[in-house]
Amino acid sequence: MSNVLSFLTRTRGRGRFDLTDWLTWGYLALAVVLMFGPVFWVALSSFKTESALQEYPPSLLPLAPVSVTVEGYEEPLQLFRVTGGERAGEVLAQIRRIGLNSQMVDPENPGERINVNINDRVPVREFALAAENYTVLFERFNFALYFWNSVFITVVATIITVLFNSMAAFALSKYRFRGRTAVFILIIATLMIPPTINLVPIFLVVSELGLVNSPWGVIWPAVATPTGVFLLRQYMLTIPDDLLDAARMDHASEWRVYWRIVLPLAAPALAVLVIFSVMWRWNEFLWPLIVLNRSEEFTLQLALNSFQGDLQTSWAPLLAMTVLTLLPITLVFAVLQKYITAGIAQSGVK
Amino acid sequence: MLALQKMTGAQRIAWVFLFPNLLIFGLFTFLPIFLNFFYATTGSDRILLPDRPYVGLENFQSLLACESYLDPNSCARDIFWRAVHNTGWFVILQVGFMILFSLVTAMVLNRDIPLRGFFRSVFFYPVLLSPVVVALIWKWILQRYGVLNAGLEAWELPVTNWLVEADWAFFWIVFVSIWAHMGFYTLILLAGLQAIPSDVYEAAEMDGASKWRVFSKITMPLLMPTMVVVIVLSLIRAVQAFDEIFVLTGGGPGSATTLLLQYIYETGFAYRPQLFGLAAAASLLMAAVLLVLTLLQLAATRRQAEG
Repeated sequence: MSNVLSFLTRTRGRGRFDLTDWLTWGYLALAVVLMFGPVFWVALSSFKTESALQEYPPSLLPLAPVSVTVEGYEEPLQLFRVTGGERAGEVLAQIRRIGLNSQMVDPENPGERINVNINDRVPVREFALAAENYTVLFERFNFALYFWNSVFITVVATIITVLFNSMAAFALSKYRFRGRTAVFILIIATLMIPPTINLVPIFLVVSELGLVNSPWGVIWPAVATPTGVFLLRQYMLTIPDDLLDAARMDHASEWRVYWRIVLPLAAPALAVLVIFSVMWRWNEFLWPLIVLNRSEEFTLQLALNSFQGDLQTSWAPLLAMTVLTLLPITLVFAVLQKYITAGIAQSGVK
Repeated sequence: MLALQKMTGAQRIAWVFLFPNLLIFGLFTFLPIFLNFFYATTGSDRILLPDRPYVGLENFQSLLACESYLDPNSCARDIFWRAVHNTGWFVILQVGFMILFSLVTAMVLNRDIPLRGFFRSVFFYPVLLSPVVVALIWKWILQRYGVLNAGLEAWELPVTNWLVEADWAFFWIVFVSIWAHMGFYTLILLAGLQAIPSDVYEAAEMDGASKWRVFSKITMPLLMPTMVVVIVLSLIRAVQAFDEIFVLTGGGPGSATTLLLQYIYETGFAYRPQLFGLAAAASLLMAAVLLVLTLLQLAATRRQAEG
């Protein structure tokens, strides 16, 4: 116990836990609640029944009403705890509700009918996960198709991104040729030209290539990135040229030098680019919104947006879909967060 | 001769490796720059170039026609100017408060605390979430019968329909945007803080300098190059804000939270007729703002390199 206290109150050199330390821990505690709380709340809510989601104020945990089978009644009856009147403290089953009156019965003595005011009872509830919020996504909402569309775009775009960007970085770092500096500057200059300022003409190009309502309309504009070229080139400059020359002495082709030597050695930088590309593609919204207009082509992000705009959609499946959409990126983060944060701190890009 | 041939061969090989990337950049970045000017100076709702009649600066004149630029209602394109005003306020508020919170957070995380990696993850996690997911998370919290109102009522505080009242809706788009993105800038500032040599602080401590003096005379001056980069980066992104706001409020109530990029999207793609020329002209005006910010960043970066 003293070890735990000592650990938690450890400070830089000093032995005292002073005002700034209290402020630090208060700030961090508030941060955990504010930053993680909303996601946690959505995840909890996604396991509640539709009726539980209508409750106000909401209960913290996913609780569902308890029903029991009573002799003489075909349908299960919902259980209530009586809070007032003659039968206070008892647990009774409700046969039906008529206005302010609840007609109830003791499950163990079903012969006698008991009238209870609806304000004198509260539902008996138990912890229960409403898994149907998730299963209905596959039965009614075509979730599997949207998931596949997102996976396809993300995986294919990432593979092409890594390939194209690493090839360009290889050329710019391992060859001296006329125009090298100009090309490098030109590529980096595209950092100053976000796609958002060219939406209309890019749409024309995609349209003329016949790629509207195709995943390729999302993939092709995305696969050349100044960030990727810059990141990989900087890393490849640290790979000794002697290794390449030795391979060339053995008559290796330039492609083999690139594929067998440079690419494996650039794995750490490639990993960062893969992570970025997955994040960019999985989370992308505006460009797919413009290019993919048919629901069969929707990515998860488009489907989520479409459902939440549809007033007929209830919150239950929407919350479940939100959780399933954020789950893959959360798993990636949990496994790779050190690389993600290190990569961003170095490159300043997300 | 052999050397010359080798050089020629090497040059050819280099261009082969560059070709796929340059082709993509050419088609989807460089070509569209020129096409954008073409669209901005032509009319009609047709996407194909031959179908569009030349109209000169008519699209720009239409966007810029106002009796008073301070009153969007006096403008021919009132929604455009409401979007401009909204974007201006959004940029000022979002960037200002986000930098403040990012700096405080970076300084907290820079202290010698246990579980520092965990707390860094706490702040960074929202950065990874998609804007649609971010918006839905907060929509669930902010709706009339959501958990925020439940909490406020429990404490007998006033509640409201947060996303249906204009001023509150605007507050929340700023708040949610900060929530989603501040972790990114915190990371950069934290790296900047950790790059400051510790002997500077030790010397200050020997002199018995106060905490405020250490902050204002040592931390901030040495952190300023990183700070400038962070400010410019966040300005550039804030001008282009769209995704989580669009999903959270749809630009409403009315057009109270419609920002510039949403105007461009709706004008050019979402509504009929699709006014590609107007959207392109608005894009170029936004590009002009971004160009100024980018030049600021370049100047700041060069100054950082020299310093």
